[in-house]
Amino acid sequence: MKKFLLAVLVDNKPGVLTHVAGLISRRAFNIESISAGYTEEPDITRINIVVSVESENELAQVVNQLGKLIDVIKIVNLSLTDSIERELVLIKVKASKASRADIINVVNIFRANIVDVTPEDVVIELTGGQSKIDALCEVLDEYGIIEIARTGAIALSRGPVPVKAM
Amino acid sequence: MLMNGAQAVLESLKREGVEVVFGYPGGAVLTLYDELYKMKFPHVLTRHEQGAVHAADGYARATGKVGVVFATSGPGAANLITGIATANIDSVPLVCITGQVANPYIGKDSFQEADVCGITTPITKHNYLVKDVRDLPRVLKEAFFIARTGRPGPVVIDVAKDVFAAQIDFAYPEQVTLRGYSGEYPTDEAAIDEVVRLLDAAEQPLLFVGGGVTLSDTSALVRRIGRGLGAPAVSTLMGLGCIADGTEGFLGLAGMHGAYAANMAIQQCDLLLCLGMRFSDRVTGKVTEFAPHAKIVHFELDAAEFNKNVPADVKVPGDLRASLPLLMKKLEASPTDYREQFQSWLRHVTALAEAHPFSYVPRQDAIQPEALIEKVSALSSDDTIVATDVGQHQMWAAQFYAARRPRQFITSGGLGTMGFGLPAALGAKVGRPDQPVVLITGDGSVMMNCQEMATLADNDIDVKIVVIHNFILGMVGQWQRLFYNHHYSQSELKGKTDLVKLAEAMGIRGYRLTEPEELETRLPEILASEGAALIDVYVPEEEDVLPMVPGGKRLDQMVLGKGEKRS
Repeated sequence: MKKFLLAVLVDNKPGVLTHVAGLISRRAFNIESISAGYTEEPDITRINIVVSVESENELAQVVNQLGKLIDVIKIVNLSLTDSIERELVLIKVKASKASRADIINVVNIFRANIVDVTPEDVVIELTGGQSKIDALCEVLDEYGIIEIARTGAIALSRGPVPVKAM
Repeated sequence: MLMNGAQAVLESLKREGVEVVFGYPGGAVLTLYDELYKMKFPHVLTRHEQGAVHAADGYARATGKVGVVFATSGPGAANLITGIATANIDSVPLVCITGQVANPYIGKDSFQEADVCGITTPITKHNYLVKDVRDLPRVLKEAFFIARTGRPGPVVIDVAKDVFAAQIDFAYPEQVTLRGYSGEYPTDEAAIDEVVRLLDAAEQPLLFVGGGVTLSDTSALVRRIGRGLGAPAVSTLMGLGCIADGTEGFLGLAGMHGAYAANMAIQQCDLLLCLGMRFSDRVTGKVTEFAPHAKIVHFELDAAEFNKNVPADVKVPGDLRASLPLLMKKLEASPTDYREQFQSWLRHVTALAEAHPFSYVPRQDAIQPEALIEKVSALSSDDTIVATDVGQHQMWAAQFYAARRPRQFITSGGLGTMGFGLPAALGAKVGRPDQPVVLITGDGSVMMNCQEMATLADNDIDVKIVVIHNFILGMVGQWQRLFYNHHYSQSELKGKTDLVKLAEAMGIRGYRLTEPEELETRLPEILASEGAALIDVYVPEEEDVLPMVPGGKRLDQMVLGKGEKRS
């Protein structure tokens, strides 16, 4: 299985997320993550989809089927261009007096941030690529991860040309 | 022009050239129906919303225009679902306008509320929920544009009840501006040049005609290309009629119940030119061994169809209205004598067709269903429209009804919807009032929307309903006979319902034919008579549809019929 990050520009209209999500599920496409948000243009939403496919052909199916949706304006496979990919994670970890210093050490090594502290836990924020986030989760596992929230990957191409002009 | 939302809907329909609406009123569309009443907008009241949507579908298939449906919220809209899915998979242009509960009630599980956009998203080309009257003209304009352009399909517009009553200063947009959809599908000349090169090198090419040829009205081009090449041709169910039955080299229906020669030609050809088709499992047989010796060329407007089921060696994108004229021009300019080049191949497949036509064993003691359909076909003119339901009778109709032109043979191909036939025939007759319309159905299918006989009666819609009455769900029974040890599990219809009396009770004439000679003595007269009628024809129960490619087998692994002849 190979992963690709698709930037999908869609009309910012009610129902568009249903159309995209419905298509992905009924065509039985494997997606790793999906996230959506506003863009520099108020009437355009950008949906970032990480798909995992067996073949070029399956990837083409995903792109062509998404392309048929009326409210999809543009699809660019950012994994095929020079691009920067990031994901945000919030991790809530058990932190006793004894373990707190170790956790802070780990956080510093990963250049993550502690964004909340209580007597029993800390909440850590990290932005990075998927492998870095996975690595932090692995290291923190021994302290006891209470819960994790991840955004899924988003990406921008490098250089001045935006996806809408590609 | 100041008006309410309901008037704005009807005014928009007028601007789109809509001649008639099929529908059924209810609470959420009362305002719409009140304006329809005042405006005297042509409307056919069916007896079930499913009837309305299949009727609009039949209308669209017969005429090539967009079929329009009205239904109320909740159950009204939900009753459209089968019909919308039927239209979607066969790429039929529809605009379905459903009432939704009023804005303040949306999302509260209100009376007769259903999430129509949520339900119809997987089975529509596009859908809208209109909550603001100011969106109505734009949405209607877009809906018709989306439904009829590109690969056609159904569009649902769900309108909140209060929107119909709200005031709007109506102006219909001149143009559609959709950033994600242009409705234009340019072709690729380089791909067509490659097709010409492949044809120059081919010895055994075959044309495969799909429903896209019907939808794009390019059958005249296909016929001319076929003649010019002297290459044989086969058809999908949806492509029947694009090449007239009886044309030199036309081998007929391919696939699960296709002709022997058609399926053998697919397995033997060295170049397969597929025109507007989607390689359904009913057409390919075992997909990995479909056309194993052929280079496959796929002419297709919908890019998502490329390589979906069968990988193409050459993809020719774009509308057939663009690609086929270009191909024809290049072939006609080519120095190659294609007719000479493909002559022996054409002779070979023609001989196969002559040796193994669709056949059956004629009987003296009973009416054979195939004989009945041949007779209906012989009594048809080029103008006749024949609709079918789904099952054995549908396949016999595809095999034995000689379709002569596109839009003559109306059938639910992709979804295989029993109950489609009667309302679709009704809609076809409304769209083509001057042409005879015959429905070929079965005793199973006809009951699924038999209430529409009342619609025929009340509106004087002249459809002749030919029921192939074998007292069983024939196709289910055939599979049970072949693969389930003759266990007729819930497929036998005891036949205590008198279909003749049912027809009469609904307000149309009913006849029963049981003797083979009645095909000569009574059928012609009934079919030629004025007004709707049901003709209940008793046929033997155990007749199989053959040839048949069993599931998972190659197209050349057909079970053949024992029949002697095709008269």
